[in-house]
Amino acid sequence: MTFSYYPGCTLKTKAKDLDRYARSAAAALGVEMAELPEWQCCGAVYPQAKDEIATKLSAVRALMAARDEGRELLTLCSACHHVIKRVNHDMVSDENIRTKVNNYLKPEVPYTGETKVIHYLEMLRDTVGFDELAKRVTRPLKGRRIAAYYGCMLLRPGNVMGFDDPENPRIMEDFIRAIGAEPVVIAYRNECCGGYMTLENRALAQKKATTVVDAAASAGADTIVTACPLCQYNLDVNAVGERVPVLYFTELLAEALGVKEAEA
Amino acid sequence: MSFEEKEMAENIKRISGVNPRKCMKCGKCSGTCPAYEEMDYHPHEFVAMVEKGRIDELLASKSIWTCLSCFACVERCPRSVEPAKLIEAVRLEVIRAQGANHLKAVQIPELLDEKLPQQAIVSAFRKYSK
Amino acid sequence: MQRIGVFVCWCGTNIAATVDVKAVAEAARKEPGVVFATDYQYMCSEAGQKLIRDAIAEHKLTGVVICSCSPRMHEATFRKTVEAAGLNPYMLEVANIREQCSWIHKDRTEATEKAVVLARTAIAKVSLNVPLTAGESPVTKRALVIGGGIAGIQSALDIADAGYEVDIVEKQPTIGGKMTQIDKTFPTLDCAACILTPKMVDAAQHEKITIYSYSEVTEVTGFVGAFKARIKRKARFVDETKCTGCGECTSKCPSKKNKNEFNLGLDNRTAIYIPFAQAVPKVAVIDAESCIKKKTGKCGLCQKICGAGAIDYEQKDEYIEREYGAIVVATGYNPIDLAKYDEYAYSQSPDVVTSLELERLMNAAGPTKGTLLRPSDGTHPHTIVFIQCVGSRCDDARGKPYCSKICCMYTAKHAMLIREKYPDTEVHVFYIDVRTPGKNFDEFYRRAVEQYGVDYIKGMVGKVVPHDGKLLVQGSDLIANEQVRIEADMVVLAAAIEPDKSARSIATMLTASIDTNDFFTEAHPKLRPVESPTAGVFLSGVCQGPKDIPETVAQASACAAKVIGLLAKDKLKGNPCVAHVNEEMCNGCSTCEKVCPYGAITYQDKEFRVPGPKRTEIRRVASVNEAVCQGCGACTVACMSGAMDIKGFANKQIFAEVDAICR
Repeated sequence: MTFSYYPGCTLKTKAKDLDRYARSAAAALGVEMAELPEWQCCGAVYPQAKDEIATKLSAVRALMAARDEGRELLTLCSACHHVIKRVNHDMVSDENIRTKVNNYLKPEVPYTGETKVIHYLEMLRDTVGFDELAKRVTRPLKGRRIAAYYGCMLLRPGNVMGFDDPENPRIMEDFIRAIGAEPVVIAYRNECCGGYMTLENRALAQKKATTVVDAAASAGADTIVTACPLCQYNLDVNAVGERVPVLYFTELLAEALGVKEAEA
Repeated sequence: MSFEEKEMAENIKRISGVNPRKCMKCGKCSGTCPAYEEMDYHPHEFVAMVEKGRIDELLASKSIWTCLSCFACVERCPRSVEPAKLIEAVRLEVIRAQGANHLKAVQIPELLDEKLPQQAIVSAFRKYSK
Repeated sequence: MQRIGVFVCWCGTNIAATVDVKAVAEAARKEPGVVFATDYQYMCSEAGQKLIRDAIAEHKLTGVVICSCSPRMHEATFRKTVEAAGLNPYMLEVANIREQCSWIHKDRTEATEKAVVLARTAIAKVSLNVPLTAGESPVTKRALVIGGGIAGIQSALDIADAGYEVDIVEKQPTIGGKMTQIDKTFPTLDCAACILTPKMVDAAQHEKITIYSYSEVTEVTGFVGAFKARIKRKARFVDETKCTGCGECTSKCPSKKNKNEFNLGLDNRTAIYIPFAQAVPKVAVIDAESCIKKKTGKCGLCQKICGAGAIDYEQKDEYIEREYGAIVVATGYNPIDLAKYDEYAYSQSPDVVTSLELERLMNAAGPTKGTLLRPSDGTHPHTIVFIQCVGSRCDDARGKPYCSKICCMYTAKHAMLIREKYPDTEVHVFYIDVRTPGKNFDEFYRRAVEQYGVDYIKGMVGKVVPHDGKLLVQGSDLIANEQVRIEADMVVLAAAIEPDKSARSIATMLTASIDTNDFFTEAHPKLRPVESPTAGVFLSGVCQGPKDIPETVAQASACAAKVIGLLAKDKLKGNPCVAHVNEEMCNGCSTCEKVCPYGAITYQDKEFRVPGPKRTEIRRVASVNEAVCQGCGACTVACMSGAMDIKGFANKQIFAEVDAICR
């Protein structure tokens, strides 16, 4: 199966690991990720205001490009997924936004939200299947105790994201099980890491990140996995006190599929 | 409510798409907010104050810069009020004015560190500047 | 030509403030056939009715039009009025100029104009009315009660005490319902079992009451006075007539790890079981899904040890059919599933429980024998947080828009009982509003606060995080304007209640209406609160809306009074507005028979005179059973030859109304 792929800015710079391990793992699983030929930064936060149109255009361009390629749009970074999925929802449900965006972009065929936006984890769950993934694992991460940190962007608002139960998700735990490790369910796995507040109020970001990492440490996790570069940064850099390594889930996936070294 | 207050409140409601009258004043938004301690006005107060037209105080509040946009209040509100959208609308009222950017490009270099992802900078610009 | 009288009601200011009633009467007077028109303040009052009766006599009226409120409100009243003056009651039409006119318009000119049109329409119709006579049908003197909780039991006892036969159909193996699971009752704190079980026994011993437990109503046909119900008696694999309820089988059954429904899954039961010690009937039942014999064919232990020889693994579902004059719906409620509210970690920690689960944890017959212990580790909880309104008063896809009504009081009860029994326990209650409108209710809640020291916090909990064997509760204290954090040992959620899942299918079966929340709709929210709009169907208990026990019992008795009133009649006047076949026009196509939802239409071969040498011929034509027909009109629109009509709503009457509107 081939997906149109939207990597996003951070995956080209500070979060290269998230991207490259995803690609090699996908190749090993027979999933093709066709990067959109032209894409722009999604803006990293979803513009909530009803009268914000310009800030939604880059997401619509990506959605439209995938539609024109006749494919579903695969995302990887939590923030990009969040922005693109919610803008797509606006294009379906908010007539004012839909009309204004189409008036501005003047596409040959008006865009009305027909592209399906799929996160890489959803692709693993729904396209590959976790049972199938478990069979493809060549180097199961036996004995590893891994905590999933979901953050906010993948889960909320639940009625738009439709990713998993926003209060008691399991997709990352199922993923961890599929790659042969033991999932450790931790407190605060769906509470904010501090997000962009690290620039405005580092103390707040530190407090939030520390709470999460402390929870993982006291639950006996040896690793925390995440899908978001900003979460990874906050948990890795801003948490004070006891530390637990914070990795992208794709790195562990590549490792379990035996394709990590080929990359490195 | 004075005419000006009413007009400002209407504007916030229009930008956010939020109807503060739906609120039943349960305080769950503030009960769940992870940035509560850093705020002078809390999510439930935003809803109540927009309803009462007290926008001036909100425009000057610290809270508009400390909301994490984590959507916990949006997800958990039993009345679907979506307080985060109100906070965003008030913030936009501030930064849409000329020269009112809260974060300026010149500040960025000193905030950077080696690992800081682009995403953080872009997010902060989107939240704090126009 | 009819001699028509038109009576325009002011309804105080309800109509007169928006509609120029004099102008309406004036306009009506000019319509063909109208010989008298007037207006009056309250047409439904005795003086108003006298005015109508006098006018009928004085002007020799043959038809009457009343311009007033909806016919749902007073049509029956006015039919009696005209009948008292010697007219056929069906020579009356009501033009609704209140609900459909004055209440919804603001502009007096527009409203008056519309009222005139509505009056004109009714006049056009009444011009074509013909006297109708209602048929009579007999009343079967037996009532069916669907649901054997406290509501169903009370209704059944009251009906039976009046001397009528009652059948209770209960889907569980025992009657008693939710109240059997409750420990103590507010505001008196008497034990629920102590007041309920005698009633259960009364029901079982009453010579007029038959209990069909572990049974379900699967089909209902017929109509008021003559319902026919099909009841499925689910196989319990135990012969009810032989089982003595000794319980020997339940102590020996080797399949022991099955969720005990009575204790809400907080402990286990055997595959053959008696729900609880006071069950009625006290008869064992085999849960086929966990019975080793039923699953593998091996075991059979209970059969071997049963001294009464009551075990029958081959028992099959049985069906019985009975006739009833009235049906009582008492299907009750359940707490909503809290999996969708996992910010409170209900599915993440066993120490987060619903209030009903707490009842079991505090009950002497519960899994902990009445000692309050944490389900996770069996330790005494020292800090307990109660969260109110979980899923109630919600405007989202997860919850219910209504107040569940009982939670404020039972939470006060729980908090008080815990503080009394375990004074070293800290109890916090997060509330949005405390709603205590009931006799001695607010006093009860105040006692919890003032005498028992329960900490009430105005605000909602935002999140419960299970961590290190504790529950971290984070919520709002709106009075102190702070975010509070409490490290709790247990969290109790006051889950919203919703009608039992069977409500929808039962409503469909009975053609009774339910609202958007699946609560049964009453015939009138104020004046007919225990009757369904469907004749002969009555409502008892929470199936109609949230209620506590005293209200449920009161409504159950009110419902019984209505049933007794019906069963006391020997014959019922039917609705004369039923379908009628013009046999000359019927071509025997069977279309009407197929669309009739009540099975009221059959076909007969009839001999008709025809011109020519044959003189007569046999033709197949439709025939309507007027006792079964409900006058829905489906056949009239389906009939392609125009042979079907509804009496009182004939096609030509409808067209006359349309013409009058379009004039």
